[in-house]
Amino acid sequence: MAKRDTPLLDELEKGPWPSFVTDLKRQAEKKPECWDILGQLELSYHDRITHWKHGGIVGVFGYGGGIVGRYSDLPKEFPGVAHFHTIRVNQPSSKFYNTAKLRALCDLWEKHGSGMTNFHGSTGDLILLGTTTDHLEPLFYELTHELHQDLGGSGSNLRSPACCIGKARCEWSCFDTQAACHGLTMHYQDELHRPAFPYKFKFKFSGCPNDCVAALARSDFAVIGTWKDDIRIDQAAVQSYIKGEFPSNGGAHSGRDWGPFDIQKEVIGLCPTECMWMEGDELKIDTSECTRCMHCINVMPRALRPGVETGATVNVGAKAPILEGAQFATLTIPFIKVDPESEFEELIEQIEKIWDWWMEIGKNRERVGETIQRVGLPTFMKIMELEPIPQMVREPRSNPYIFWQEDEVPGGFERDVREFRKKHAQ
Amino acid sequence: MGYDPANPMVDRITDIGPPHFEQFFPPVIKNNYGKWLYHEITQPGVLMHKSETGDECWTVRIGAARLVSIEYIREICEIADKHCEGSVRWTTRNNVEFMVDAKDKVKPLMDDLASRSNKFPVGGTGAGMTSIVHTQGWVHCHTPATDASGVVKAVMDELFDYFTSHTMPAQVRVALACCLNMCGAVHASDVAILGIHRKPPMVDHDAIAGLCELPLAIASCPLGAVSPTKATNSKGVEVKSVKVKNERCMFCGNCYTMCPAMPLSDPDGDGIAILVGGKVSNRISYPKFSKLVIPFLPNTPPRWPETVAAVKNIIDTYAKDARKYERIGDWAERIGWEKFFEKTGIPFTIHCIDDYRLAYDTWRTTTQFKFTSHIK
Repeated sequence: MAKRDTPLLDELEKGPWPSFVTDLKRQAEKKPECWDILGQLELSYHDRITHWKHGGIVGVFGYGGGIVGRYSDLPKEFPGVAHFHTIRVNQPSSKFYNTAKLRALCDLWEKHGSGMTNFHGSTGDLILLGTTTDHLEPLFYELTHELHQDLGGSGSNLRSPACCIGKARCEWSCFDTQAACHGLTMHYQDELHRPAFPYKFKFKFSGCPNDCVAALARSDFAVIGTWKDDIRIDQAAVQSYIKGEFPSNGGAHSGRDWGPFDIQKEVIGLCPTECMWMEGDELKIDTSECTRCMHCINVMPRALRPGVETGATVNVGAKAPILEGAQFATLTIPFIKVDPESEFEELIEQIEKIWDWWMEIGKNRERVGETIQRVGLPTFMKIMELEPIPQMVREPRSNPYIFWQEDEVPGGFERDVREFRKKHAQ
Repeated sequence: MGYDPANPMVDRITDIGPPHFEQFFPPVIKNNYGKWLYHEITQPGVLMHKSETGDECWTVRIGAARLVSIEYIREICEIADKHCEGSVRWTTRNNVEFMVDAKDKVKPLMDDLASRSNKFPVGGTGAGMTSIVHTQGWVHCHTPATDASGVVKAVMDELFDYFTSHTMPAQVRVALACCLNMCGAVHASDVAILGIHRKPPMVDHDAIAGLCELPLAIASCPLGAVSPTKATNSKGVEVKSVKVKNERCMFCGNCYTMCPAMPLSDPDGDGIAILVGGKVSNRISYPKFSKLVIPFLPNTPPRWPETVAAVKNIIDTYAKDARKYERIGDWAERIGWEKFFEKTGIPFTIHCIDDYRLAYDTWRTTTQFKFTSHIK
């Protein structure tokens, strides 16, 4: 593969942000097919349109996902990327690595692919960008035998679950997000590798309502840490914030003079439920009114901590807009224990109730959130064997069109119109 | 030993899943798992986490392109070996985090990072901007309406100072998806840069029979714009195909996803829409979807000046006007969307008014409004 002229892309080597073009050129010194990535991309910059063909099914034996076929629509002009498949490698929980593992992955990809990657893809996988069909089986063999790693999900299956950093380096994680992510990924290897669902299904685990992994916005089954008891308060530290000895919000606002810290304005006044007040020098919180939004804890991390009776809230059915419009996940289980000791059986029970039902009635390419919209939340709650509670809705319905069931009405639905007419002339 | 192409199923290993996370922890993480007390961002890009054991974990966060080479990763390894006992991690927003167990190890690490040209910018914390999460674009995808890496690079160059500082009212999360499929799930971002199509799909009558299941192509359209028809291919042969009712098309591209014989990308049709005010966090207000404020900007590689200027304008206006802790969506709701359009100078157009599903939820059903320049 010859070096390519890339006058348009060269413009993206300027500026302070790290340049992917510079990086691609550096890689091209060892992997000349990268010149064809650059060449085809330069042509796209000139033509203002993609030059990748639609799809193509490739994979490794026994798996229905994990590899996405990709072909150039100008294979003669760019032979280095004529076949350029994507490999999804399931990432370790919260993406910690050691350099031995990373170097082994780099060596594997130098041997079998283009040398270009995404660290990481949107769902969380480690993405290896660009190889040919004949490399897939050897790569998979070495990935599993020598690196002891596996492919991630693609297609209508369980996608690689993802989690926030959790207890590894965060004081707010209300359950072990990494253990839950890893445990359920291992438990559902078959569902991850062999598509059997109506469409994709995603698990995501965030340790607190700040939701750093965006579970509520993009996962079909969102597990988000929460707690039941009192926010733990260190009153001496509250005073230190009031006196300006500790920076607000962990120093997040250090670049600008916002004036002296004002606990009334910045914490108590912004509390969405107005459940906080000062009594003399003491900060008080009415736990029964608190909705655990995290604002006060975020602002005063050295004074306030989540309670100790911790677990998670499960919301179901988030998705991006395609097709019926974007959905956030709907509150389904207000509080659930997430327990590595029980191997997460509490979560597994809920997941399988959803899958058993959705696999039966979900339409092709229908996310579970759309299925729930189609049948209605009351129907879904019956499937989940959940009692209706006001926490499941923002507000009660404003129309009176209830789908009454026959057994809810005395005498049922069958009536005799002739009997009716004896008393009510036409 | 090794892979035998004649016997691919011999000694096959499957379903082993990802490696267990714990083996990758540096000692300070392993020893303090679940024991963290509090954290502080001591300067942009540097976090200190304090454990109840007294230990401290100092993290230096750097911004990265999502599209990176193995040479780049090997350089990350070199840095991690030198300073971080061989451990490193990535965040959900494609930042890289180097962790050390003492404050005095931070400066040598930062000096090392700074010595490697602009490859490892430190920042992405607190009330600032962090890396833009994004999709593949023209580098690797078959359905994009714009590029991803190039637009992100151009926007981050312009907003770089927000990445390395804490000068905004709250954190600003920018995301880019290169088509409406949104592999990047940009629908709950403070600023979403979204590739969109504006021309209905063409139908390739020569290819459709071999490429598509017609009923799936027809069912793929949410608005019933695709219907069966008989057509004549370029050889003059009558074939079963589909037709598109253009006036019903909403340019979602779902038909092309299901049927490769219905391409819709176009140099002049495709471009970028800007949506603002979404968020994921439950902090103070509920999570919010991003709202469309600029329906179309053209694809202008290599540096997309219109898109860069539009994003900068929104973020600059917000940074000047919003209150401490207010996200862009909270700010827009407090001042009212009419004020948002007035303050940013973004023209309000008919395309900003929803006419898809649940559109009524977004119409204003009160007499409360503000008199802005929009009312003549």
